[in-house]
Amino acid sequence: MAARLLAGLPRRAVIALALVVGALVVAPWIVNDYLITVLILILYLAFTGQAWNIMMGFAGQLSLGHALYAGLGAYIAAALFTRYGVGPWVGVLLAMPVAAACGAIIGFLAFRFGVAGVYFAILTIAFAEFARIGFDHLAIVNAAAGLFLPVAQYTHNDLWRLRGDPTMFYYVILAATLAVLALCRILRQSRIGYFWLAIREDEEAARAAGIATFRYKMYAVMISAAVTSFAGVFYAFFYNNLFPEQVFNISQSIQMILGPIIGGVGTLFGPILGAFVLTGLAESLTAALTACGVDLPGAEQVFYGVCLLFVVGALPEGIWPWLSRRCGIAERTA
Amino acid sequence: MTALLSLAGVSKRFRGLLAVDGVSFEVTEGAVFAVIGPNGAGKTTLFNMIAGAIPPDGGSIAFAGEPIGGLAVDAICRRGVARTFQLVRPFPALSVEDNVIVGALLHRQDVAAAREHAYAVLRRLDLFDQRRRRAATLTLPDRKRLEVARALATGPRLLLLDEVMAGLRPTETDRMVAILRELNRETGVTILLIEHVMRAVMALASRVLVLDHGTVIAEGAPEAVVRDPAVVQSYLGTEAL
Repeated sequence: MAARLLAGLPRRAVIALALVVGALVVAPWIVNDYLITVLILILYLAFTGQAWNIMMGFAGQLSLGHALYAGLGAYIAAALFTRYGVGPWVGVLLAMPVAAACGAIIGFLAFRFGVAGVYFAILTIAFAEFARIGFDHLAIVNAAAGLFLPVAQYTHNDLWRLRGDPTMFYYVILAATLAVLALCRILRQSRIGYFWLAIREDEEAARAAGIATFRYKMYAVMISAAVTSFAGVFYAFFYNNLFPEQVFNISQSIQMILGPIIGGVGTLFGPILGAFVLTGLAESLTAALTACGVDLPGAEQVFYGVCLLFVVGALPEGIWPWLSRRCGIAERTA
Repeated sequence: MTALLSLAGVSKRFRGLLAVDGVSFEVTEGAVFAVIGPNGAGKTTLFNMIAGAIPPDGGSIAFAGEPIGGLAVDAICRRGVARTFQLVRPFPALSVEDNVIVGALLHRQDVAAAREHAYAVLRRLDLFDQRRRRAATLTLPDRKRLEVARALATGPRLLLLDEVMAGLRPTETDRMVAILRELNRETGVTILLIEHVMRAVMALASRVLVLDHGTVIAEGAPEAVVRDPAVVQSYLGTEAL
């Protein structure tokens, strides 16, 4: 299994990957709690970026409303937990099919009626906004007042109920990020992955090659939505509070896609690299400014903007394709 | 000799223009069948109806004895009709090899098996040495052959070629003709081509159909068709003789 996953990667890439994973595994013993929470945020964005990349990077369908799926996952798991005492892992089992079903509805409407490109992107924003406004009035999840998970000092980590210290959450999101990386690699190298790339490159030519493009685009939306909803469940249990205004906000969707865009849309490692670069640098910037006694609200957003401008201008394919070529760790075939 | 493809009274109207008007013909299995005619004769419209890109307004199209008129493009391809595009449309960011693997995966579940098949097709089309290159970086003649390779990899019984010689130099045309002839002889795949390059038509086709203003004005063996006065008048011009 592992051998198959790594097949086709140059030796240097395998070593680099092993070093990075090794460093991430031992990180909690070395760095302080603040850095752990930063790493959790980075991995959360790496995970969601990877999930979004299935739809955009592989199948070429631009979603600007992925906050919808994360938000659904968050609310479903949190509501089950607070109202019925149902644990998050059971919640995931419900959240994923619900998110996939929502993705299927949006996908069906768009693909059946020829809503494509930017219009499709607008449709995804619209559905995320529907959810935001809807949940703002949904009494069962406390509407705009927000849904809170009980927080207490825990004497031990309860993985089953996801109650514990940041280190536990760190390992959960690290494992999840590695799992979704493996999933993406498997998908990318399988029949469905080839068909997605064909659709991304030229949908009409893909149909002429016999690909049932409607069906494969539906698969992309549903898988992407289901994977994203897991991140939502994690979000709910890590932050312990949910407000529709926050979780369904378009800024959440945008934040998810910045990593892959900076790192490289359609690549396997781009979304992860992008999350590290963006969030890592942004947090360093904030820390440096604080250390200098400068309080600049919005500095992070300006920084994101500058990063985007730089990447779009200098490396339109993202950092990863450039970096992997420079370091000789690019995959042999595209 | 059974008809692999048969059209009966196929018509297509674009507003006031009757682009294809009651066209009927049959393509026998294993043949190389050419459709020629002046610009605007309705060749590409006819081609697009067979491939499923546009539905016919009237008449019937049958492939291997079953009606396919009005089916979706991908459904028709899965039944064994593969097409190329007049303006080539490779998947630009994918490698040459991956372009062909996409086609080969149509009737194969396993990527390794599809790659094997794709390699065989690439060798046949003289593209094997370029398999790692991005499709966007190929020259036009190479992209034209890649277009044929991707279609061929889907394992069609009928290959629809839309002006694959257009824009090629004479040496490149001869190369393409040789490849297609060998392909037809060795695999038995039936080929229907739309072509302006008479040199290629005469060398390849076992049967020629001439369209003008949407109707059939001649059909027969290539040597006979080029002497037909109506064909000379409307298409070839007198100097062609």
